[in-house]
Amino acid sequence: MLSPQTRLAPVSLHLLRSLSCLVKRVAEPEARTSAPRILLGLQHVVERGVAARVQAAGVSVALERVVSGPTATFAEGESCGLSPLTPAGGPHAIPPPTASARARRLTPLPGEANGPFQAGSHVALIKREGRRRGGSRCRCLRAGAGCWQSAAAREARGRRAGAGARARAGAAASVGGEHPGAAGVGAAAAMAVAVGRPSNEELRNLSLSGHVGFDSLPDQLVNKSTSQGFCFNILCVGETGIGKSTLMDTLFNTKFESDPATHNEPGVRLKARSYELQESNVRLKLTIVDTVGFGDQINKDDSYKPIVEYIDAQFEAYLQEELKIKRSLFNYHDTRIHACLYFIAPTGHSLKSLDLVTMKKLDSKVNIIPIIAKADTIAKNELHKFKSKIMSELVSNGVQIYQFPTDEETVAEINATMSVHLPFAVVGSTEEVKIGNKMAKARQYPWGVVQVENENHCDFVKLREMLIRVNMEDLREQTHTRHYELYRRCKLEEMGFKDTDPDSKPFSLQETYEAKRNEFLGELQKKEEEMRQMFVMRVKEKEAELKEAEKELHEKFDLLKRTHQEEKKKVEDKKKELEEEVNNFQKKKAAAQLLQSQAQQSGAQQTKKDKDKKNSPWLCTE
Amino acid sequence: MDPLRQSASPCSSRPSSPKTPPCEMLGYVGIEAVLDQLKIKAMKMGFEFNIMVVGQSGLGKSTMLNTLFKSKVWKCTLPGLAMPTPQTLQLKSVTHVIEEKGVKLKLTVTDTPGFGDQINNDKCWNPILGYINEQYERYLQEEILITRQRHIPDTRVHCCVYFVPPTGHCLRPLDIEFLQRLCRTVNVVPVIARADSLTLEEREAFRRRIQHNLRTHCIEVYPQKCFDEDINDRILNSKIRDRIPFAVVGADRQHLVNGRCVLGRKTKWGIIEGPTVGKPTTRKQTDLEIKSLLAAGRTQWRTWRTVSFLC
Repeated sequence: MLSPQTRLAPVSLHLLRSLSCLVKRVAEPEARTSAPRILLGLQHVVERGVAARVQAAGVSVALERVVSGPTATFAEGESCGLSPLTPAGGPHAIPPPTASARARRLTPLPGEANGPFQAGSHVALIKREGRRRGGSRCRCLRAGAGCWQSAAAREARGRRAGAGARARAGAAASVGGEHPGAAGVGAAAAMAVAVGRPSNEELRNLSLSGHVGFDSLPDQLVNKSTSQGFCFNILCVGETGIGKSTLMDTLFNTKFESDPATHNEPGVRLKARSYELQESNVRLKLTIVDTVGFGDQINKDDSYKPIVEYIDAQFEAYLQEELKIKRSLFNYHDTRIHACLYFIAPTGHSLKSLDLVTMKKLDSKVNIIPIIAKADTIAKNELHKFKSKIMSELVSNGVQIYQFPTDEETVAEINATMSVHLPFAVVGSTEEVKIGNKMAKARQYPWGVVQVENENHCDFVKLREMLIRVNMEDLREQTHTRHYELYRRCKLEEMGFKDTDPDSKPFSLQETYEAKRNEFLGELQKKEEEMRQMFVMRVKEKEAELKEAEKELHEKFDLLKRTHQEEKKKVEDKKKELEEEVNNFQKKKAAAQLLQSQAQQSGAQQTKKDKDKKNSPWLCTE
Repeated sequence: MDPLRQSASPCSSRPSSPKTPPCEMLGYVGIEAVLDQLKIKAMKMGFEFNIMVVGQSGLGKSTMLNTLFKSKVWKCTLPGLAMPTPQTLQLKSVTHVIEEKGVKLKLTVTDTPGFGDQINNDKCWNPILGYINEQYERYLQEEILITRQRHIPDTRVHCCVYFVPPTGHCLRPLDIEFLQRLCRTVNVVPVIARADSLTLEEREAFRRRIQHNLRTHCIEVYPQKCFDEDINDRILNSKIRDRIPFAVVGADRQHLVNGRCVLGRKTKWGIIEGPTVGKPTTRKQTDLEIKSLLAAGRTQWRTWRTVSFLC
């Protein structure tokens, strides 16, 4: 930490002086309300600091010097951020700032034992596990420290910064956990609050003088979740026949009914099946999504698209539910994919390009856990080379696979050791073979038996540990806080919503909704108008056409009539003529008949004459 | 796109609940480890609880809070040194972080000095309603941001404890008005203050009358019937509903009784022990409040959010 040669900046001398005053004040046994004052004092002190480390250094030095006396009672936290000051009585252990942590116990002050700030459980021994630079436990402190520092700098930014600062400080305060110096966090938060938000709230720590009962809150939360049941959705991506269904059966120790897929699928499709599992009092709604037909086509360009679309569709469904006005997120059956098991074919060489492309497309949407399937076909030395080749390829291509969380003490170790074995080489089997004197899941070959649960044979046990027993909750949380939020942000920005408009005034979603709605309605109205006008125009045109047609018809009719009349006249004329002719003919006929009859008469006379003449042949009076 | 590909739309690819067949597991898988994971996560995150106390001055609000959380949550003003009653209703908040067995609770207490103290108390609930709505509004704003924070700070009022003065008769018009307006927005827990001024019979009669009043005016106090989720909840809650309003006696001084050190109020005619089981139900109230209100706060929040979007 501080070597004797470190030169203290001038500011830290000031710090030292202020701190010694503070220390004296804290040491007063009847200082019941000194806590807020001390915190505020500390704020003044620290605000003038230049760099956190210098302050920390200065403060630690001050504490060291001050603490050497028996009257002071301080707890010193880690010096990477802010050294918290705890005004409290009771025994404390203060670790010296060297790697060899020796706990020094200080005697409590007389009269402080029954004070209102009696040491509660939170200011007990501070455990140190040796120096951990930038350790995770310092994170919130650092966040708190950094937070108030920047909050002080950004004070002018307005409510958002302040609220954000306070929020983060508040989060830092509540995220404290097993953190030593919870008071320190409170102090940081108090400072953040005092600096960032002009309100009359101060965050202070209280110690309880009895059992209140809220320590059962986590249990209640757990009970509530248990009664509601858990959802877990796994996506298995891999070629046909690589062992996805078998692995799922092995993992959950049950037989999920399914037919093996053929190789003739024309495209990739996703098949989702849900099951309810129950173990002791935990109900798990498990959904397994299979990619059917992956890697079977000749042209695999679009293989990843159905998968990406499915994942997006689940996010979309959740987003829709969240944006609803009357929503019921508690009863909502969460179908977002929490984990994606990517099955790598055991070629022994490297990743296929299809794998790389698919994983690259999926890495920002799901937690990818790569596994090597059918690992009993690879020999041990090849396996090692294969694994390192895969990991290096993933890293060089920038594929982000799921990182097992190492910030929680309880799981950090196991996660760290397991991460080394990624990608897990697994063997799945649901058949049991007699080994020794008990049955175990294994695959029997003529040359030996591959036991599934034997860690020397394959990494199945590790996969099960990681996936189910250790990190299930973290997988769900990552999906919700990282992948889903990313999707939501992109989607909303795409829809045109913004957090701040160009004048950097915060936009409210509601206003944007209203504006968009009005816009939409306006457009609708415009369209309606247009349509109406068009309709009117069409009607007019049609009318005109009809009128013209009518006119034409009329004309035609007239024409026809005229023609008809003319014809009629002609016919009548002709008729008249004919009648005349007939009359004439009749007359002629009558005349002819008369003539004939006359001629007959005269003829008869003539014949007499003729006879006479004949008798007198030579008398011719002609 | 391939016509034969099964559409990945939410309706078809999301398996509906009736189709989830139960499966028998043939061996131990380890699913129940998720409970531990949840617990660790919950303890890491800590809890937030915001409580508001409303009542006239001198009814023992601060003392009750101190008794409830067994620590000096609020400074008690003694009668002689009281500040002059404010002319308008003010709202003062104090935040504390308390920890018990590794569980951190960020407790925010909001006091309302000046409530019901003026001569004309018309619309004295407006600042309170405004404050509650403002907290909801703030949370909503944070929630509908595009880039939202990982953990939105929860300043919404989870519980409002309303102190009814121990007149012994029934609810006053001010009480009724206030409860009616607030019961829709926030979880209200009515409490009979200074219950040591009533004998046991008087207390029971008062309690029945108040319950009758609440029913008559359709005031739904916590735990609300409409939020009962299952049969266990209903049984538990009906027992609690029978005891509402709780009669409390706040005490933060310690006295020696039969050799034990108890918190109580000492009078000339005896010592009233504060939080013990047989006595005024401060203990039960603690349990009730803390255990369920976080969840109930969420249900109220849902209602408020619905309402706020619709109008």
